Amino acid sequence: MTYPIPYAKYQENLREGKFIGLKCTKCGTVTFPPMAVCCECSGLNFEEASLKGEGTIRSFTVIRVAPEGRKPPYIIVMVELDEGPYVMGNLDGIGADDVDIEIMGKRVRMSTHTVKGDVYSLGDVIVPLFKLV
Amino acid sequence: MREVAVLGVAMTKFGVSEKTNLEMFTEAGLEAMAKSNIEPKDIQALFFGNCLGGFEEGQLHMAPFVHSELGLPTSSPAVRFECACATATVAIRHAVLLVASGVYDIVLAGGTERATIMGTPLATRTFAMASQAQHEYGAGITFPGVFAMAAHMYSAKHGIPLPDLKRHLAEIAVKNHRHGAMNPKAHFQKEIDVDTVLNSMMVADPLQLFDCCPFSDGAAAVVIAEATKAKDLVDKPIYIAGMGQASCGALYLQRDLTRVKAREEAIRQAYSQAGMGPQDIDVVELHDCFTIAEVLAIESFGFYDFGKGYDAATKGETTFGGKVVVNPSGGLKAKGHPIGATGAAQVTEIVEQLRGECGKRQVESAKVGLVDTLGGDLGTVCNIILRS
Repeated sequence: MTYPIPYAKYQENLREGKFIGLKCTKCGTVTFPPMAVCCECSGLNFEEASLKGEGTIRSFTVIRVAPEGRKPPYIIVMVELDEGPYVMGNLDGIGADDVDIEIMGKRVRMSTHTVKGDVYSLGDVIVPLFKLV
Repeated sequence: MREVAVLGVAMTKFGVSEKTNLEMFTEAGLEAMAKSNIEPKDIQALFFGNCLGGFEEGQLHMAPFVHSELGLPTSSPAVRFECACATATVAIRHAVLLVASGVYDIVLAGGTERATIMGTPLATRTFAMASQAQHEYGAGITFPGVFAMAAHMYSAKHGIPLPDLKRHLAEIAVKNHRHGAMNPKAHFQKEIDVDTVLNSMMVADPLQLFDCCPFSDGAAAVVIAEATKAKDLVDKPIYIAGMGQASCGALYLQRDLTRVKAREEAIRQAYSQAGMGPQDIDVVELHDCFTIAEVLAIESFGFYDFGKGYDAATKGETTFGGKVVVNPSGGLKAKGHPIGATGAAQVTEIVEQLRGECGKRQVESAKVGLVDTLGGDLGTVCNIILRS
């Protein structure tokens, strides 16, 4: 079998501002970031689904002690997209010291930013970046 | 399947060590063998845990080197296990499975880690390698960050105001430090108070430094044997009553981080195999890598309903004289967390508790104990129930 949307293609899609997931033809669940099997029912048949890139913040944190190569503080959010998938990314447009638990449940729109890779990674990575709407 | 028991158990002092991984595991392994009244030639296999040896010492494939340091025979294969923080528990579970099935009669299992030599930035980076590298590390997630997001979700989901939740979480750190102060092998043997926690630096909102376990060095080893052989060798074999292990993927697939699905399945398997339930457990060593992690665990075990376990430490229900003693060793928080060794140190504590050997921190008339170890982003959980 061929991996339906390999990581390199997924990254290329993000770079072009396209959020392409895989919708299972059996159960209708959208898997995003895409995998080879449906994240809900392990089904193998999909159609590509273009996601709007809008969703709701389900959790967040501010990283203040960062890994080697990263500069704190920065905000990480877990967002539930309107089509169902959860996705992890960063939050832009608000300072790290200005966020608190009140942002849980707030609506966000997704774009992307490039994060520099390090010697242990595959190189620069396009990461979801959210803004409050 | 054959009945299986734990014989000798041993751990080094946890903390900051000048010794190599090989030296630390050799000390623990030789002591565990001596307490089992066996010699290196009696060990038929070595199931050895280490996570980050490549970064700590430039050493991969550590198992065969440990094997020869211990004087094990060439006929005994040595294998490295890696399941992030659950590494040693998973190694022990597989030792038990292969002894139960009759492949081996006596196996040495455990692990070692020398995390402090990496320093905080590299240690934080390498620990984060247990997060999904392509889809989640890119955002800069760290281990405290994962549990910080779980804490925020817990507060929102159960309607517990964050300042209240943080105060109750601080009580967990206070309790585990109080226990650790009675453990001469613990990394930290000093009591703290709620203000110590709430005044400490922020690591990943809302978790502060004293909500977090330390990076530690240390090793622990246990000898696993078929039960009739065990009875011939030691006075008080401790029996494996039930085990479970389960897996989950990246956080984006797990969604609700207040419910550790791998743990809920692992503990279901362990209770079922043991024919036991939460009411049967006298003492627990569980994975309190962060204070919120202890709450998630006691709820998964059925000691508390979901959303109701957050104030257990405040109410004194998880310490001596309470409902169930949680982390009498001091837990990961105070005893320390050398990730490749942690599970074997948890088994060591439970075995010594069930043998009545724990001195000041002895849980009175403990008969049944539970070991709980979580690896990665809630991705691996392994549970072992032991009985005297």
